[in-house]
Amino acid sequence: MILEARNLSVAYPLPRGLISRPAPLTVVHDVSFRLERGKTLGIVGESGCGKSTLGRALLHLLPAAKGEVLWAGENPAQMAPETLRKARAKRQIIFQDPIAALDPRMTVLKSLTRPLATFEPGITRAESRDRAAEVLQRTGLSADYLARYPHELSGGQAQRVGIARALIARPEVIICDEPVSALDVSIQAQVVNLLLDLQEDLGLALVFISHNLAVVRQMADEVMVMCLGRVVEQAPAEAFHLSPQHPYSQALRQAVPEPDPLAERSRRGKALQGELPSVHAPPPGCVFASRCDRARPECRTTRPELAPRGAALVACPY
Amino acid sequence: MARSPFRLALARFLKNRMAVACTLLLALIVALCFLGPLFFPFTGEDSDFDNISAPIDLFSAHPFGTDDFGRDLLVRVMEGGQVSLTIGFLGALAAGVIGTLYGAVAGFAGGRLDRLMMAAVEVLYGFPYVILVVLLSMLLGGGNIALFAAIVFTLWLTPATIVRAQAQSLARREFIEAARAGGMTNTAIVLQHIVPNTMVLVLVYGSLLVPEVILSESFLSFLGIGIKEPQASWGNLIEAGTAQMETDLRLLALPGGLLALVLFSLNFIADGLRDAFDPKERL
Ligand SMILES: Nc1ncnc2c1ncn2[C@@H]1O[C@H](COP(=O)(O)OP(=O)(O)OP(=O)(O)O)[C@@H](O)[C@H]1O
Ligand SMILES: [Mg+2]
Repeated sequence: MILEARNLSVAYPLPRGLISRPAPLTVVHDVSFRLERGKTLGIVGESGCGKSTLGRALLHLLPAAKGEVLWAGENPAQMAPETLRKARAKRQIIFQDPIAALDPRMTVLKSLTRPLATFEPGITRAESRDRAAEVLQRTGLSADYLARYPHELSGGQAQRVGIARALIARPEVIICDEPVSALDVSIQAQVVNLLLDLQEDLGLALVFISHNLAVVRQMADEVMVMCLGRVVEQAPAEAFHLSPQHPYSQALRQAVPEPDPLAERSRRGKALQGELPSVHAPPPGCVFASRCDRARPECRTTRPELAPRGAALVACPY
Repeated sequence: MARSPFRLALARFLKNRMAVACTLLLALIVALCFLGPLFFPFTGEDSDFDNISAPIDLFSAHPFGTDDFGRDLLVRVMEGGQVSLTIGFLGALAAGVIGTLYGAVAGFAGGRLDRLMMAAVEVLYGFPYVILVVLLSMLLGGGNIALFAAIVFTLWLTPATIVRAQAQSLARREFIEAARAGGMTNTAIVLQHIVPNTMVLVLVYGSLLVPEVILSESFLSFLGIGIKEPQASWGNLIEAGTAQMETDLRLLALPGGLLALVLFSLNFIADGLRDAFDPKERL
């Protein structure tokens, strides 16, 4: 198992005074999954539900508040600092804003080779340059781009550089945090296909985060639906695509535009309504109850746990 | 050909005529102060007892005349300029470096360390400046080094605050997370990502810090706790000139005028730098 989460919760400290201890704000609750080599876990959910937070915790860029993350069976929180730094080579991340993901003062060459200086300390300048050119070409950019600065790249080019940087130390897992949301629609497909090719060639495991169900549908082997920091449904991709079980999952699917105008009109009629609760004051019951058209009184008071239904796990008994 | 953000800004700076003219003026004044005295057979501390309080006579041995000890005014002003400019630039550099490192660490670390470090800055800010300098130069045993240390000690606070704010927003940027995922240590991230990305800000602010240091030195010399006679600085020359300004304006005008020109040009240089590096323009 290349990546595993066990009852993982993640919290942000809220800044307070000089002396008083900040009270943490938990934005991801009780997430568990197992990811195998070469597979893709898709994570969907609307903005602010904690997808990025979860992604960062999986790379131990944020500490786990409860539960644990396992990297090939080992908990990064218990590694010695040096071991942890070395272990990071195998787990990389690409970001939603590809320009912000590059240091504006570094050339593409420098951004690409910097991780090599850490992970392969003995490497020569010429070798690391060759590796950078090779990996850049793998993402579809010529070696000419090595001399460029981020402000000289388009969004799509910058994202390819980001992918190249993630690949250069030969990782096993890449967290893709909305890697195409900021790109033009025409380029989105290219980048998604690039990721799929790389995954096939290199046997990468991907965690693919998106608020767009259509993209996740194309990529994932398993789908995890998050709402307000909690997993409401977790299912194999085919089963999920045939029939999403949780009312929130169904609402998300409604949010994917339909090519057929008639279907599109009826889809719009069913857009999500009601108030989205705040992370600062999460409801005691089901996180979706305030917007669910099937909600019953008990939904607002007791939170349904994830329970098996067919091949899926669903946090809704109805 | 790829052009770094720095090169682009430099190109913009060079298009700003006022800023370029001021840079040249400043360079000229620096060259005058450091090279000028080489052309005179005496120093600014040598008295010429045949020419006490000589008036301006551009074609004599003392073009701008002498003071009431018979010391050549122009040479004294140039030598004083060496002291003031050196203190100004080195002081700004030292305050900038200390402030940058301190602010970068605080802003990047965040949390409790940040709050403690910034509370310390607040406390130092609250100290009356003159008292702090007097205390420090007493503590360090007086002398020019003590004066320099005291000035730097009071002036690194503002760059620290500015850099800390910038570091705080940089720390949230994705490229910093990528750096951590790339196995960099916190120290490496601060030195290789945070600090270089605050350099522009520090450069702009630093060019405003130079006049501040020079003014500080002048002010302290004026109060009599700065550079001591017979060594000249613009500060103590201006002080001496002020005492006699009703009888002989020349003693005030020459050092005062040069100081004003330096302050003036540094302000325009700072303006030019800020416009050239304007963060609103995509770097
Ligand atoms: N540094 C932080 N400190 C405190 N709270 C934060 C911080 N970063 C995010 N949050 C909060 O945590 C919650 C989850 O944020 P997160 O960025 O993980 O959401 P997301 O699902 O990735 O959203 P999006 O689709 O907009 O990227 C949000 O309510 C957000 O306000
Ligand atoms: Mg996000």
